[in-house]
Amino acid sequence: MLHRHPRLRLGLLLGPPMLWLGVLYLGSLAALFITSLWTVDAFGGNIQRIWNLDNYRDLFTLDVYRTITGRTLVTAAAVTVIDALLAFPIALYMAKVASPRRQRLLVIAVLTPLWASYLVKAYAWRAMFANGGPLDALGVSPGYGLTATVLTLSYLWLPYMILPMYAGLERLPTSLIEASADLGASTATTMRRVVLPVLFPAAVAGSIFTFSLTLGDYIAVKIVGGANQMLGNVVYDSFLTGNNLPFAAAVATIPVAVMLVYLTAVRRTGALDSL
Amino acid sequence: MSFSRATRAVLLVCTGLVLLFVYAPLALVVLNSFNTSRTFEWPPPGYTTKWWSSALENPGARDAIVVSVEVALVATAVALVLGTMAALALQRFRFFGRDTVSLLIILPIALPGVVTGIALANAFLTMFGIELGFFSLVVSHATFCIVTVFNNAIARLRRLGGNLEEASMDLGAGTFRTFWSVTLPMMRSALLAGALLSFALSFDEIIVTTFTAGTGIQTLPIWIYQNLFRPNQAPVVNVVAAALIVLSVIPIWLSQKLAGADESVAAAR
Repeated sequence: MLHRHPRLRLGLLLGPPMLWLGVLYLGSLAALFITSLWTVDAFGGNIQRIWNLDNYRDLFTLDVYRTITGRTLVTAAAVTVIDALLAFPIALYMAKVASPRRQRLLVIAVLTPLWASYLVKAYAWRAMFANGGPLDALGVSPGYGLTATVLTLSYLWLPYMILPMYAGLERLPTSLIEASADLGASTATTMRRVVLPVLFPAAVAGSIFTFSLTLGDYIAVKIVGGANQMLGNVVYDSFLTGNNLPFAAAVATIPVAVMLVYLTAVRRTGALDSL
Repeated sequence: MSFSRATRAVLLVCTGLVLLFVYAPLALVVLNSFNTSRTFEWPPPGYTTKWWSSALENPGARDAIVVSVEVALVATAVALVLGTMAALALQRFRFFGRDTVSLLIILPIALPGVVTGIALANAFLTMFGIELGFFSLVVSHATFCIVTVFNNAIARLRRLGGNLEEASMDLGAGTFRTFWSVTLPMMRSALLAGALLSFALSFDEIIVTTFTAGTGIQTLPIWIYQNLFRPNQAPVVNVVAAALIVLSVIPIWLSQKLAGADESVAAAR
């Protein structure tokens, strides 16, 4: 008699998803952290269960890893800023200027590339930046490198910034903008005093995606980044080629730590409520 | 109108430029799939359909598509069951730790892909002693697909409220009967939309996949990635990319239809 026992019903409903996410997934994350405190022997690459902080010491003291961490953070910040700047006019146009019909079409136009394959989009930019490609023919191609990586990642995550901004601006009553103009505010003042306060939490919500996705990406930089490396490349190379799982695990804790700090900081702006 | 003519004109131009930025690279890939030049000279010296016919006969790409579809189907099936259960639990019950549970469901997509990938690969290899392969791949994909089903399901449950279910119970239907005959039919279009998104997410995923697939399994993204840097494979890879761009219209079209079905559900209430 299930309907007489709501607690039992809840337990049966919640049990399987919690086993999967709470035990398997969280357990894996905990195990990853534990593995980062182990080490491998120099020859076979076998994991030795000796507790030590050597992986973290290497990570923080060796110049190469400091450079890569810095580069990854700067890239994530640049991608977030570029996406916010690109998303603002189109989100504002969609939400407050376009006719309802055009608004619907624009939402579809923005959503469509989200369904296109990630790899295909990165590949498309490889073709754009190629030697003898269209941008090169125009004389404006930066070639494969960090600039190309930042542009490609901005491209990949742009819809994640447009959509929350659009949703935020949609909720802003048009009458407020009209009132501001009627009371004699210039366009700049209206933007600053009426639009921006709504826009900011939305942009922060979008930035969680642009930032986190950039921190964890290592494919785009391989495709358009030339010889540059991101944290993700170090994780992948130590895991697969270097056969050093504990070190890879230690590197992977950096993006987790950064995201936790970021989410805590962001919480204060109230942006998490609008997710 | 609230904004001045000039402001609106500037916004329109910016919107056009952003859309150009979004679509130009995709158009280039489609155009290049007909480019006679193996190295994609720009502007194309001529046009041909021979790459399309040679791509159709490429066994590597065909096998990889089959694997990707299988993985996406199984992962979506698991995500459908677990995501719906979690949504029912969180929407129909109030309990201690509810916020933590909803955070836990979002976590696999909030954390960077490399973290999820290496954490699960590490768990399979060192904790369970399971070889990486189809099983570990499906488990990792289902983990980040749960949230897409969950989001769609809980949004629908929130809108439906519990009145019809209570009526069903009052009329003597049991828990399962009520779920099967009342709740599930009303959730159908939302679950389909979630499943569609989940399928697309899994079909397209590469970062987690590179960690948990092992060496024996090749999904379509992995096939593309491995052939990306081989010059003699370039035209075929480009055709596959172009085909994927064209095919991505299908889920858009389907989700628009489902959104239409949603409106009829809302109207029926």
